[in-house]
Amino acid sequence: MSEALVSDAPGSVSADDVLIQIIGMHKWFGSFHVLKDINLTVHRGEKIVVCGPSGSGKSTMIRCINRLEEHQRGQIIVEGIELTNDLKKIDEVRREVGMVFQQFNLFPHLTVLENCSLGPIWVRKMPKREAEEVAMRYLERVKIPEQAAKYPGQLSGGQQQRVAIARSLCMSPNVMLFDEPTSALDPEMIKEVLDVMIGLAEDGMTMLVVTHEMGFARKVADRVIFMDEGEIIEQNKPLEFFENPQSERTKLFLSQILNH
Amino acid sequence: MTDAPYQVGQHPDLPPPPSTTGVIGWMRNNLFSSWANALLTIASVLLIYGLATSLYKWGFANADFQGASRNDCTSGGACWALINVRFGQFIYGFYPESQRWRVNLTFIGFLVALWPLLFTGAPARKQLLWYAGVYPILAFVLLLGGFGIEKVETAKFGGFMLTLVIGVTGIAVSLPLGIMLALGRRSDMIFIRAICVGFIEFIRGVPLITLLFVASTLLSFFLPPGTSFDLLLRVLIMVTLFSSAYIAEVVRGGLQAIPVGQQEAANSLGLGYWKTMYLIILPQALKISIPGIVNSFIGLFKDTTLVAIIGLLDPLGIGRAALADTKWQGLAGEVYVFVAILFFIFSFSMSRYSLYLEKKLHVGHES
Repeated sequence: MSEALVSDAPGSVSADDVLIQIIGMHKWFGSFHVLKDINLTVHRGEKIVVCGPSGSGKSTMIRCINRLEEHQRGQIIVEGIELTNDLKKIDEVRREVGMVFQQFNLFPHLTVLENCSLGPIWVRKMPKREAEEVAMRYLERVKIPEQAAKYPGQLSGGQQQRVAIARSLCMSPNVMLFDEPTSALDPEMIKEVLDVMIGLAEDGMTMLVVTHEMGFARKVADRVIFMDEGEIIEQNKPLEFFENPQSERTKLFLSQILNH
Repeated sequence: MTDAPYQVGQHPDLPPPPSTTGVIGWMRNNLFSSWANALLTIASVLLIYGLATSLYKWGFANADFQGASRNDCTSGGACWALINVRFGQFIYGFYPESQRWRVNLTFIGFLVALWPLLFTGAPARKQLLWYAGVYPILAFVLLLGGFGIEKVETAKFGGFMLTLVIGVTGIAVSLPLGIMLALGRRSDMIFIRAICVGFIEFIRGVPLITLLFVASTLLSFFLPPGTSFDLLLRVLIMVTLFSSAYIAEVVRGGLQAIPVGQQEAANSLGLGYWKTMYLIILPQALKISIPGIVNSFIGLFKDTTLVAIIGLLDPLGIGRAALADTKWQGLAGEVYVFVAILFFIFSFSMSRYSLYLEKKLHVGHES
């Protein structure tokens, strides 16, 4: 516990700026113990990259933050709201937490514009016209306003993922979760998505990104977290993390993904 | 013909060989691709020609359309005079003749109510949808009477009008009911799930005719004595429940085809269960389910003929009564062909509409 708090504090941020706090969190899938004693504090404006081998629980961990997965022990507190079985609180948290998926998960029966304005209209109760203005603003920000009238199926993977980012941003979330946002993309489309994410980071968005894009981690992250077998093994500033990994498992992982 | 020389990387787009396109190409590929295929084509054409001409002779060229009894039919073909004489009964059953305009009006009103529901491009759709919402009440009053209109008992309902009353009510009520059952069957709440599963499996495990017999006889045992419970209403309830169980399974199939990511994406936007279902999951699931749903509807529509067995006079019941008339004996062919045509018109329309809907909803959705 105390150890986690020490390594958690990057620079000089006050305790008021804590956006997400995970304390002693455990999760099981059936009898399989996927997450073990996760402790993590995310401060406002912080950009965190989570990496680790597949099956290490990194996706599950960020999916717990907006309750797409339920944790069985410990606490998750987002913007002062603790996630419990209370559906109202879950929806409250979800409104403040944006999420981008590996498979985009755009709504195929709605146009790009409708995908983006849906949340503001039905969750934020915004008038349709206003919601569409918001949607167009964010579509411009991800540089595809000209695709607004198309259906997701007519776009390339990179464009779809940018729409997905815009869709999340339309809810003006306080924090964005990215679950391997570039893993399903063709290589030539990865950059356009990463560029949008870098822009977002530069604007000060709080971000938790599960990714294998180590270039992105070096460039953007305030902190890199390494997970293996359901535990947070190591976390550090990117430079330290890459130049001077502490644990053997981290060294092995880095050698595997960097030397090819 | 040799192609013009070209530079590597600059090969021009050439048109396909003429023998593979156009009418000739199509015929060559589909009708005469081999000797066996050519023989089959010719044999089929001859067969269809033979059938069509003899049917035409029987049904039109040598048919009699007027007459007061079978003896007036002397041309040797079909004797449509029977249908002509009994047409009113085939359509209206025993609905009082002076009141048949109410049935006609109800039917026209039905078509108008259907328009905005079936076609998104209908003019003044919003107002028409309001009208479609209150139409059931209008139809109820028009057909049964009350509010100053002469009352007509449901026992007088019959013919194709009865088929439409049962079919349309069954379809209109069983779709929402079936959707709720399908959602219930996938619910996390154990009791709701158990009730839905039990209901669906029970209904699917029992023939409709059994349920209709229960409706016509047993149901009065379960009701407090003295309550009279209209037979048509009981039949309507049973037909609707029966159909909803099948619709539920079709819709469940559609729900299962929607990737779980859709639900997750909707949830992560903060949409609750009902909004997620209404806005995201059901529009996609129902689109996939259209062929199955329409299939169930057509089945329901045709199953309405079973009510003849418990004494309601649908077109088949009317037909059987007509055949029992000594003046018109031996005309089973004419009666059943006529009833078949009536059913075919409606069933085929439903089938075509479902294809139209599938095509319309398919636009731009492939991913």
